[in-house]
Amino acid sequence: MNANAISVATPLPKVPAGPARLRWLAADAWVLAKRQFAHIRQIPEKLFDVTLQPVMFVLLFAYVFGGVINVPGGGNYHEYLIGGIIVQTLAFGMMGPGVSLATDLGEGIIDRFSSLPMSRPAYLIGHLTAEFSATLLAIAIMVGSGLIVGWGIASTPLEALAGFGLIFLIAITSIMLGTMVGVIARSPDAVQGIAFVAVFPLTFVANTFVPVGGLPDGLRQVAEYNPISAWAAAIRTLFGNPTAIPDGAAWPLEHPVIASIAWCLAILAVVVPLALRAYRRRTTG
Amino acid sequence: MNQDIQTSHAVVAEGLGKRYGEQWALRDFELAVPTGSVLGLLGHNGAGKTTAIRILTTLASPTEGTAKVVGHDVVAEPVRVREQIGLTSQAATVDGLMSGAANLEMIGRLYHLPRKVARARAAELLAELQLEDAGERLVRDYSGGMRRRLDLAASLVASPPVLFLDEPTTGLDPESRNELWDLLRQLVGGGTTLILTTQYLEEADQLADDVVLLDHGKIVATGSPGQLKARHGGERVVVTVDGADDLGPAAAALERVAAGTAEIDREGLFVAAPASESTRLIEVVRALEDGGIDAHDVRRREATLDDVFFSLTSPRARAASSETTTDTDQDIDREEAAA
Repeated sequence: MNANAISVATPLPKVPAGPARLRWLAADAWVLAKRQFAHIRQIPEKLFDVTLQPVMFVLLFAYVFGGVINVPGGGNYHEYLIGGIIVQTLAFGMMGPGVSLATDLGEGIIDRFSSLPMSRPAYLIGHLTAEFSATLLAIAIMVGSGLIVGWGIASTPLEALAGFGLIFLIAITSIMLGTMVGVIARSPDAVQGIAFVAVFPLTFVANTFVPVGGLPDGLRQVAEYNPISAWAAAIRTLFGNPTAIPDGAAWPLEHPVIASIAWCLAILAVVVPLALRAYRRRTTG
Repeated sequence: MNQDIQTSHAVVAEGLGKRYGEQWALRDFELAVPTGSVLGLLGHNGAGKTTAIRILTTLASPTEGTAKVVGHDVVAEPVRVREQIGLTSQAATVDGLMSGAANLEMIGRLYHLPRKVARARAAELLAELQLEDAGERLVRDYSGGMRRRLDLAASLVASPPVLFLDEPTTGLDPESRNELWDLLRQLVGGGTTLILTTQYLEEADQLADDVVLLDHGKIVATGSPGQLKARHGGERVVVTVDGADDLGPAAAALERVAAGTAEIDREGLFVAAPASESTRLIEVVRALEDGGIDAHDVRRREATLDDVFFSLTSPRARAASSETTTDTDQDIDREEAAA
């Protein structure tokens, strides 16, 4: 082996100033996003929670429970269901970013990245880019499977656009929530445990699959103030699907779109600073 | 900081300290590593080795003190420092779900090398580290030795003048360890400054020009492996016994005739104490016999680095002489730095 070849100087480009710095950030983030895509190629199961799982839920609820669930105020259950499945999938979408972050933070690779002269925020931005791409795929799959079982968009194109805009906002909220859990949790398994225990009941004590009108007192109030309910109702409203909101429902259900946006912003306002602080502490402590 | 020291020394640290809560992980850490030399940071788990490495590689910020790597301050100019260093930390610093080649290319891209250059550099390093045939395989399928070599390759992507290795051979079989040592020697031959932490005294003895012994976050001794042996070494009398119950009585018996306090090694089932010219093995044997201790081996040998380490960091030695040792060593350091 030739020692000179190992230690021959590799000239590094100079750190740019001004806007060129942003180009470096974008390039670095993309390199790191591609790393996540490479992981998915090796372990396609990583995407099951945002691909197969929603399809499974659509089929289960549409054909197993669909026959016995009536939508109050009229309307087709399949049209009602899809808004709920979309929100459920977005909520479970917090698991992916949480698990991959917790995995990285538990290994030496994060030290490797931190010791490189790359842009500081690139790691998190690359990670969020990859997760958001996975969510886009999940949304496409849900819309596709929804169309197959008889769901459709019955609103104006502008309202539909707003509907997708809200879906993206919810997706970002959920990804950031998962990011925070991933940075704080001690292991990938812990993230999975926390996410499951938190998300599973939240998505069921809501209007996700059945209208809240049928729920017993107490549970019904919880469901009406549950952000999941507001999100599902808002998506149904913006896509022109049946909402089955009972008369005299709580304020968030009467104004689901405003309530949804408020919930997203409120959650983001809490989790983003917490996630960033914990990330900094764990990588530069 | 002295200008001369900065140009002749790749890494300089002054009064470096790191506190986690109430606990100082590192305190009063002084370092001056001549360019092109090898420094061994020696210590047990929790001695502060990794903390020192993390500060010097900008992964952690010091609570007090300053450090410069190739003239750049680790706090004020972290990016400049990162351009000059390669780091291989204890845990695997490569991605198991990517191929070896993809790992190295990714790191090259994060150094902002053009894609072609990054790819060529990856191929070059794989060849140099005898990983050519494994380049396209997933890293999770690599053996431990291959993974360490890839870790090292990842640290060499930008051909950094200063290389930090945190316990580079932990968990390697002797053959892979020797291969890695050879590689490191070649790097040093090419002018690279090496700072490595290790719990293996043999490793420091094999590779390091200078050794810094750390214990509970404090430097307890510095010098070349040879100097340390001469200063704290001398000959030893070693008594090996058959059971742990005999260790205490054997130490007591040995101390009656040896030139200093005996250290007990519970794993190796032996006690060792410094011997002077006048120490006679026959006296040791008699003392053991008087104590009714069934020793199965009694011998004299040259001090190893292990002995130095043992005598400086064992609780008994600390209680007896840590203050004076630290002071003398720092004085010697200053003299050496001034010379």
